[in-house]
Amino acid sequence: MESGVKDHAELAAIFNKDENRVDWHDETLWWVRQKRDKMAHGLPGWEALREAASQIKDNVLSNLSEYLQQFETNAQANGIIVHWAADAKEHNEIVLELLLKNGIRKMVKSKSMLTEECHLNEYLEQQGIDVIDSDLGERIVQLAKEPPSHIVLPCIHKKKEEIGDLFHIHLGTPAGNADPQLLTEAARHHLREVFLTRKAALTGVNFAVAETGEFVVCTNEGNADMGAHLADIHIASMGIEKIIPERKHLGVFLRLLARSATGQPITTYSSHFVKPREGQQLHIIIVDNGRSIQLGREDFRNSLKCIRCGACMNTCPVYRRSGGHSYHTAIAGPIGAILAPNLDMEKYADLPFASTLCGSCSNVCPVKIDIHQQLYKWRQVIVQKGYTTTAKKASMKLMAFTLSSPAAYHTGGKVGRWVLKHAPFAVNNKFNPWFKQRDMPEPPEQSFGEWYNENRKK
Amino acid sequence: MSSRDKILSAVAANQPRLSLLPDLDILKGGDINVVEKFTEVLTAIGGKVINIARLDEVTAYIEMNTAAGQRVVNLLSEPLGMRAALTDIKDLPHTLNNIELAVLHADMGIAENGAIWLNENRLGQRVTPFICQHLVVILDKSNIVPTMHHAYEKIGDEKYGFATFIAGPSKTADIEQSLVLGAHGSRSMTVFLRDI
Repeated sequence: MESGVKDHAELAAIFNKDENRVDWHDETLWWVRQKRDKMAHGLPGWEALREAASQIKDNVLSNLSEYLQQFETNAQANGIIVHWAADAKEHNEIVLELLLKNGIRKMVKSKSMLTEECHLNEYLEQQGIDVIDSDLGERIVQLAKEPPSHIVLPCIHKKKEEIGDLFHIHLGTPAGNADPQLLTEAARHHLREVFLTRKAALTGVNFAVAETGEFVVCTNEGNADMGAHLADIHIASMGIEKIIPERKHLGVFLRLLARSATGQPITTYSSHFVKPREGQQLHIIIVDNGRSIQLGREDFRNSLKCIRCGACMNTCPVYRRSGGHSYHTAIAGPIGAILAPNLDMEKYADLPFASTLCGSCSNVCPVKIDIHQQLYKWRQVIVQKGYTTTAKKASMKLMAFTLSSPAAYHTGGKVGRWVLKHAPFAVNNKFNPWFKQRDMPEPPEQSFGEWYNENRKK
Repeated sequence: MSSRDKILSAVAANQPRLSLLPDLDILKGGDINVVEKFTEVLTAIGGKVINIARLDEVTAYIEMNTAAGQRVVNLLSEPLGMRAALTDIKDLPHTLNNIELAVLHADMGIAENGAIWLNENRLGQRVTPFICQHLVVILDKSNIVPTMHHAYEKIGDEKYGFATFIAGPSKTADIEQSLVLGAHGSRSMTVFLRDI
């Protein structure tokens, strides 16, 4: 922003330079959204299911301290070692300590947005630990030295030809070959070797059950299981909000998750981890990193109900046409834009403005988070706290003045129509942000007020 | 104060007033033909369903789909011919990397999503159904339930160290949303349905 870091609009402008690519990105994600619709509409009682999920998550947030302790007690009784991390730094240090204590310098990791949020990979690499991401999409962005651009589809911004080139360089696939089948097969062989040789595996957690002390990890590829069942140490990282009260509640969330995410009836694998394998260590790191603060923000606590399906991204017209990287945070899209300001209001002050407030995100959310309303509320908080740019503050003051003065309003309208008609060059230029990727509208002959005054007399 | 206590006290201070849990019974839906639905859904997500009267048919399938010398692991309680004799796989899980085909018994199938439920006591090793190239599952028709709500009702407080739902072969669509079967887990999943 003003400190020299690029904001969402500036980063989106870079993404928007290649119009064909933007169209392709837009259509690909819309296709995923349509698959989700087909599943949602085909399931009787879908809305009742969303409502139940929402109520369970409300209950979780209202009794979280109790559930966390219940989960800890039951997990420990199952032989799981439970760690607590107040922030990202502490989480990363716990992982490093566990690895070093066991003399391990190489780890395989399956998808965990929490570790992206904590920047675990960078931290471990600085400490000389080799980390390999095993989800295919995450491995691809890791080879490209990029962060994931989507929480479920990490390399959705990449063309297969670019992936073919990466695999040619790093995995020795034939030059110029971009066949998804061949590339996936190459990754299968490469990563199987990794699974067989790594002594530590880190996974995320989709759901942690207070009643039983077990946790569930969902994947389509089977990478979390391949890592965990072959490693001597399994470390699972979870945010405090991943708790659900009882085992039977898994039924609700497993019905919703994959249908909302990719339009599948369920992920291929939904694995329930209760006890360590014989001879294995099983660790869970429960991470706060700002979540308990968000819990105290009445207007924004609902964001903690998120189950990370990505449906709000796939449906968002701004996300689809600006790409995940323009959000400059681990979790992009509408949900990311309401989570990020909690972590750093100044750094992410631009994100709640990266929305049309159309409400589509709230309509598809499987746990009924009022995402677009929270975006609107964050804007108010951010402006009140003074985190908006000088230009935005000035234009909002001008707008407030114009809207509160009928004379200024009428004059402004007249001037605007005259300029659009007689001097379009004055607005059709790069200094007008509304002209970017848009044509200015045809000016009407008169305002509605003028038309009304004229016609009322007839 | 430890991080644990700090987190728990911050959460306790900030959590809203207690709200109630919903009743899940209304979500179960009406009666459906579970065998038909299971077959339709599992086939649509890349799995294969074969109805059988006797286990001999599985033996014939295995002999047709594996070559001599390929490792076949049979974790049922009865042998399936010469190529799929009963196997004990208690060694290091890494030694299972060469399994071409594994045969397991599943205790439950779920019609709405084509998934099967595997408790680790059916697996020999936890990694078995993931590391094998091809997965063959025996399931009794009477053990297919309509939805996940019925599934968890049946699971109840079942004891396991590890258990999993598997629905079809391992898959990915990470490269331009092109669906590819056989990501890291099994390349195929074939469920033999028995009339029991």
